[in-house]
Amino acid sequence: MTVNTLNAKNLAAPAANVSAYLKSRARWSPFEIAFWVFAFATIWLFPGKHLILKDTAILALFALSLDLILGYAGIISLGQAAFFGLAGYFAGLVAKYGIVNEPVVALVLSGVVAAALGFATSFLVLRGSDLTRLMVTLGVSLMLGEVANRYSNITGGADGLQGVDIEPLFGRFRFDLYGHNGYVYCLSVLFVCFVIVRRIVYSPFGLSLRAVKGNPLRAAAIGIPVKWRLVAIYTVSAGIAGIAGALLTQTTAFCSLDVFSLERSADLLLVLIIGGTGYLYGGLIGAVIYKFLQDWIANLTPQYWQFWIGLVLVVLVLIGRDRMRNWIGTVRGAVAGVGVRLLPRSITLGGAAPDGP
Amino acid sequence: MPILETIRLEKRFGGITANHDVNLVVEKGARHALIGPNGAGKTTLINMLTGVLKPTAGRIMLEGRDITDVVPHERVRLGMARTFQINQLFLDLTPLESIGLVVSERLGLGADWWRVVGTRSSVTDEIVEVVERFRLTDVMHERTARLPYGKQRLLEIALAFTCRPRVLLLDEPAAGVPEAERHELLATIEALPAEVTVLLIEHDMDLVFSFADRISVLVNGSLFVDGAPEEVARDPRVKAVYLGEELDA
Repeated sequence: MTVNTLNAKNLAAPAANVSAYLKSRARWSPFEIAFWVFAFATIWLFPGKHLILKDTAILALFALSLDLILGYAGIISLGQAAFFGLAGYFAGLVAKYGIVNEPVVALVLSGVVAAALGFATSFLVLRGSDLTRLMVTLGVSLMLGEVANRYSNITGGADGLQGVDIEPLFGRFRFDLYGHNGYVYCLSVLFVCFVIVRRIVYSPFGLSLRAVKGNPLRAAAIGIPVKWRLVAIYTVSAGIAGIAGALLTQTTAFCSLDVFSLERSADLLLVLIIGGTGYLYGGLIGAVIYKFLQDWIANLTPQYWQFWIGLVLVVLVLIGRDRMRNWIGTVRGAVAGVGVRLLPRSITLGGAAPDGP
Repeated sequence: MPILETIRLEKRFGGITANHDVNLVVEKGARHALIGPNGAGKTTLINMLTGVLKPTAGRIMLEGRDITDVVPHERVRLGMARTFQINQLFLDLTPLESIGLVVSERLGLGADWWRVVGTRSSVTDEIVEVVERFRLTDVMHERTARLPYGKQRLLEIALAFTCRPRVLLLDEPAAGVPEAERHELLATIEALPAEVTVLLIEHDMDLVFSFADRISVLVNGSLFVDGAPEEVARDPRVKAVYLGEELDA
């Protein structure tokens, strides 16, 4: 049957079908709702763990920023710390000198500053292979780290930025030593950023990114301006990384040179290798596992905890995510019999294995 | 005015000349075939037409406009789309998502980062049309990587078609398609709308002579003969150089 013979009536049913299918991709699944309900429930469930939970939320947001470019656009980076660090110092400085006192406004501004840096450096990562991108992104963050070290009269250098006084949130909630308000703040920011990123990913723009990642040659051949799409997503990703960095400064009232460190960027890749890329929850789940694993092992063997983290990493990569996903699939199949959807579709369909080194 | 024209087009890779002095004229609405032995420079030529390669010398005109320096994705907007000899598909996406992507890009919604895909009826209606036309309805929810080769070949053409080109370049569309799935592919190509000009690059002489109303023969990087199918088939030089070996086989 050709198009010409199809009348409007015949077309209506499949069109509704197609529309419903496309929309269903973006629907919040029960797993996602449960995830966030539990995340917010931890505020009351684990009041003694708020400090580590707060760090976890910041790491998760940071990892989300990397997942956005790695999992959706195929850009691998070892330099997300550049944006994290720049915004971290920016948030610290505006608070220290009383330029912007309201934390939320300062947070948004920090994100904008980091995004501006992202935009400016995005042109460097457009070309080249994964290795080139790793080196260029790493180089940018190393340079920024040294700039911060050099201008120690502004940044405090190796001693870190001292005397940062963060005003209470909305003029009411002061960041306390136990991280109670800090955790609620970080988790809320994480959630808001997540919702925005989720919108982006399921939009036509997000779909075009997956096409660019899958086949840049064809993407250009169907009229997608590949370059500008990559610039755009890299800029957004930098902004989110910046917000994560600003959160750290605001909730600790301190910022030191290690915000730019290679380890910070490398940890991020670890988090995504643990959690997986390309389905949005990889960074979040990975951050939770990474932080609590680190905490637990450090309690067992304070000196040699990195040995065990390394072992877990090797095992994880050797077993492979596909195999684990199959196990999950088996469990899910069993559970589905009871009529419960344990995991979202995207984990089995869209969750590409990480392209990590 | 020809819809697509090249003027003394030339491409050299170091010391090797892939195309030399190519003056190709494609008339509006034509079913134009470009044939030639292996290594004649057909794919290089199509890569220059679509902007993947930059010509060493010469101009490319699309509807009278010089597009020699226009980047590939802009040429799509100006009305020229292509398929690839080796499938270039989005393996992680379904045919439905792939086609939906092309539709939304063409309508200029590709930079829309807030609306959920599939909420516009103009987009979904067109997706259904294309899916039906290219016989992909039964596999539209499958991941592209899992489709049979013949279906992937259809999707390859569907993506280019969905760009609504005025000139469609088909680079060996039947290559590698198994006999059982061939008929479906050829019927779909036959059914392309008449207003779309088609430039077909093909090795398969049955397909070329059943489809084309004009044939250009490319040999050693240059246009050798150019004319109606009967003339080309009769031309002794073509027989000697190229057709002879193919047709007698």
